[in-house]
Amino acid sequence: MNDTPPQKPRVGLFITCLVDLMRPSIGFAALRLLARAGAEVVVPDQQTCCGQPAYNSGDTKNARALAKDVIEAFADFDHVVVPSGSCGGMIAHHYVKLFADDETWRAKAEDLAARTFELTTYLVDHLDLNDTGAVFDGSATYHDSCAGLRELGVKKQPRHLLATVDGLTLNELEESEACCGFGGLFSIKYPDVSGAIVDKKAVRVEAAKSDVLLGGDLGCLMNMAGKLKRRGSKVRVFHIAEVLANMTDGPAIGEATLETAGQDRDA
Amino acid sequence: MSQDPKCHDFQLGAKKALDDERLQTLLGRTLENGFQKKRLQGMSRLPEYEQLRDQARDLKDHVLDHLDMYLARFEAEVTKAGGQVHWARDAAEARDIILDICIKAEAKTVSKGKSMIAEEIGLNDHLIANAITPIETDLGEYIIQLRDEPPSHIIAPAFHISKEQVAETFKDSHTHLDPDRDLSEPTTLLNEARGELREKFLRADVGITGANILVAETGTAMIVTNEGNGDLTQDLPPVHIALTSIEKVVPTLEDATLILRLLARTATGQEQSVYNTFFTGAKRPTDIDGPDEYHVVLLDNGRSELLGSEFRDILRCIRCGACINHCPVYGVTSGHAYGWVYPGPMGSVLTPHFVGIEEAHLLPGASTFCGRCEEVCPVRIPLPQLLRNWRVRAFEKGLSGGAQRLGLGVWAALARRPWLYRLTMNFAIAALGMLARGKGSFKRLLGAGGWTKTRDLPAPQGGTFQSRYAKGER
Repeated sequence: MNDTPPQKPRVGLFITCLVDLMRPSIGFAALRLLARAGAEVVVPDQQTCCGQPAYNSGDTKNARALAKDVIEAFADFDHVVVPSGSCGGMIAHHYVKLFADDETWRAKAEDLAARTFELTTYLVDHLDLNDTGAVFDGSATYHDSCAGLRELGVKKQPRHLLATVDGLTLNELEESEACCGFGGLFSIKYPDVSGAIVDKKAVRVEAAKSDVLLGGDLGCLMNMAGKLKRRGSKVRVFHIAEVLANMTDGPAIGEATLETAGQDRDA
Repeated sequence: MSQDPKCHDFQLGAKKALDDERLQTLLGRTLENGFQKKRLQGMSRLPEYEQLRDQARDLKDHVLDHLDMYLARFEAEVTKAGGQVHWARDAAEARDIILDICIKAEAKTVSKGKSMIAEEIGLNDHLIANAITPIETDLGEYIIQLRDEPPSHIIAPAFHISKEQVAETFKDSHTHLDPDRDLSEPTTLLNEARGELREKFLRADVGITGANILVAETGTAMIVTNEGNGDLTQDLPPVHIALTSIEKVVPTLEDATLILRLLARTATGQEQSVYNTFFTGAKRPTDIDGPDEYHVVLLDNGRSELLGSEFRDILRCIRCGACINHCPVYGVTSGHAYGWVYPGPMGSVLTPHFVGIEEAHLLPGASTFCGRCEEVCPVRIPLPQLLRNWRVRAFEKGLSGGAQRLGLGVWAALARRPWLYRLTMNFAIAALGMLARGKGSFKRLLGAGGWTKTRDLPAPQGGTFQSRYAKGER
């Protein structure tokens, strides 16, 4: 650490299409956490999708086009932060491979990769956030999403942050590193297989006897929340950022809004 | 065993496996509570495990760079030791070479050690069609041979069969024994199989084994087994054929020990397999045992094509099965769903090459890209990337289906125009919100049947982030 106070890093938040469309509160939670940790955050309005669905479907042409858009939209930030290990991994790990034969764009992709971080990793490893000021009265279990874990080394950071939450008890999930069966388009192209994998995960989540299930990737969380709901489980599902930013007052993922909660139970 | 690929039926095969409760129990017992835990224990007793993985990767890469040289040396050394090396370009050539050797030996029965290459070339069917009886001597292979089933796993071919089923199979097959005998204990089953096989070992005219490793400097081939059946197959019959593939060669005996330190540990958690059997050439005048005739059949079957492709890394594979043991998809579908010889991640890379991507395009798709296969691979094969490479080929050939192609195209067209994307998505999300009527999730939703078939679909929270952010919400 320098003696002079460090300048606030200028952070571009890559919101991810799922958070943008399905659960904006995760984005607002990320904004609050980054601000608390001392970053100056901007959300560029030229961003949409990182291109992973195309990339993982073998559609290299569209994947490259979308990657170029992201590279350009985030060219001017010190750092790029993503509330998802999956989209973060796409940008930090896979963009470079898309431009293996294109020196100019490969250089740009490498530059972006070096500046891109998953949210909890960034908060802990780069901004030294040790105090979230969050309060959560209950027990939680945590699923390690695959891309974050294996491509970006997200493992200790979320646990470090959860330990700062007043009132929260963490019950480790058995086989927390086993895939939940989401896999993006895999989940709809192979519904039976995906459904069977997430069923195994749901059984373990229930065995963890916790009030909430947390994770860092909305895709996986929607998959697990959807299966838990189908099984009639009472476990509530949140993105870790929502807990860390004290934003758990509203409905959890897949949960009815308060006004219709009774109606849902009767349905 | 039929070699006709049924990979296009992956989803059907998977469904069948998912509905089979007995199989699901065996999968859990064998993989999560078996191989996975044992591998961790094996690793924990070897502090240099990670370094060995790097060394093994580099060793295999080096061999692939100089494959011709090491194979030529291997052949020269085998010849010097009184053996003969046969080069087989494809499965048909390999079958014919083996049949020729068997016919010359006037073979009626052939004892066989466990060999995935024999499965790859459909050897048993070919021998049977030519009036030669192959007898599998690995217990698992013996069981599935009696049941006329293909293996479901490359190192545990019959794990999908319960001991009760094995007892039934033995009673149906060993009709000369007392039909009321007690076969409830695994040891009784083992002893019965041993008794049946011992006789056949002694009568076999030719023994066929695979080879896990070939050593160029000495011309030695070696196999690992846990039952010792490989020794008897290699040693007792007058003719021994080692059937193997070209990428198995390493330069020196020392290199072979590097592979051996990783192979069993990664596969079963054992420090070493129970039997490591090395063989070099035919019986010499001073030897007390060994075959009079010794042949090595070196199969290419498209491997030299893989060498120059984006799938080259799969040739490092040492067939430990770890990627299979840790794959969440295999963990619920088991091996038969994959529809050909090699299942799981390594199989989904190899199979499209052997049977064609048109037949097998569902296999590279059958992965969540969770990356656990790469994480556990002892030679660090980037399996998800290789699977993705197949998806690229499948997409280029238009095999992934018109609907998906159209969907990806529309999505990309929107995502490349942020203003249009926002307009469309604001509308779509509002419409979905209305449909959800505050219930939080959908049990069914038109167009989302793939998702809602097996789980609820969480509804959107309300408004997109970008629209709410633009209105000043923080």
